Amino acid sequence: MVYLTRKLEFSASHLYHNPALSAEENRRVFGKCNNPHGHGHNYTLEVTIAGELNPVTGMVLDLKELKEILDREITQRMDHRFLNYEVAELKGQIPTCENVARVIWNLLEPKIPQGHLHRVRLYESADLFADCYRHGARETAS
Amino acid sequence: MKDTLQVELGRRYHFAASHRLHSGKLSEEENCRIFGKCSNPYGHGHNYTVEVRFSGDVNPATGMIANLADLDAFVNEQVIEPFDHRSLQEEVPEFRESVPTTENLCIEIFRRLKSFPIAKLASVRVEETSNNSFAYAGE
Repeated sequence: MVYLTRKLEFSASHLYHNPALSAEENRRVFGKCNNPHGHGHNYTLEVTIAGELNPVTGMVLDLKELKEILDREITQRMDHRFLNYEVAELKGQIPTCENVARVIWNLLEPKIPQGHLHRVRLYESADLFADCYRHGARETAS
Repeated sequence: MKDTLQVELGRRYHFAASHRLHSGKLSEEENCRIFGKCSNPYGHGHNYTVEVRFSGDVNPATGMIANLADLDAFVNEQVIEPFDHRSLQEEVPEFRESVPTTENLCIEIFRRLKSFPIAKLASVRVEETSNNSFAYAGE
């Protein structure tokens, strides 16, 4: 098994607000992430595909093809968008790093033509990220 | 979806500390041979980066595995405050007897963080420099 990782960056805005909570509770739980006009991040996404090498091409999956999938599914959907209002898949969810990573997983998994999606890692900043795996697929220490 | 997908929250923290690799169980020559300049008598320092990963259910009301304010407060109290701008072997009781290598540091940080009450600690990775890192995920 070989693991191939492709990285991409996109910039988007979001805010955290749960309409089931009072204004005070929203402020207490989400702090400044609850500011009403939102704020933005430069996100870095790392997508890891696992699979066996095709003996003819020496590749798990053609990077050009992966790049096109990522562009179509992620960049065009999320780059320079307000995640709460413009990404239908996030409707009704708080667009935290955890939830956005899970949405990205669900968008990409059915589109990978060779190999399989092993990990989605989404960095909201250099010091904060979320990982998404199939249960049991995570390496123990890395 | 919730049953088959596993989500983890990752966070990186930074502290600066000094250490000296030296074992009281070895002679001066052996310490010098094994640890080289890391055994110089007054110690030396690093900018350490600690990367932690926590697993757990994403709370549907908050979209979070753990609120960062709670996680940051816990890590600050357990690791950053006691280690930052300290000498590891002089000021951290756990390193009085064991050599403060980054392997041991990684295990000690894991031991301190595994009692976080809100999510399950999955792994700790410590970068001693941008070229050396060590990871531990429990036994």
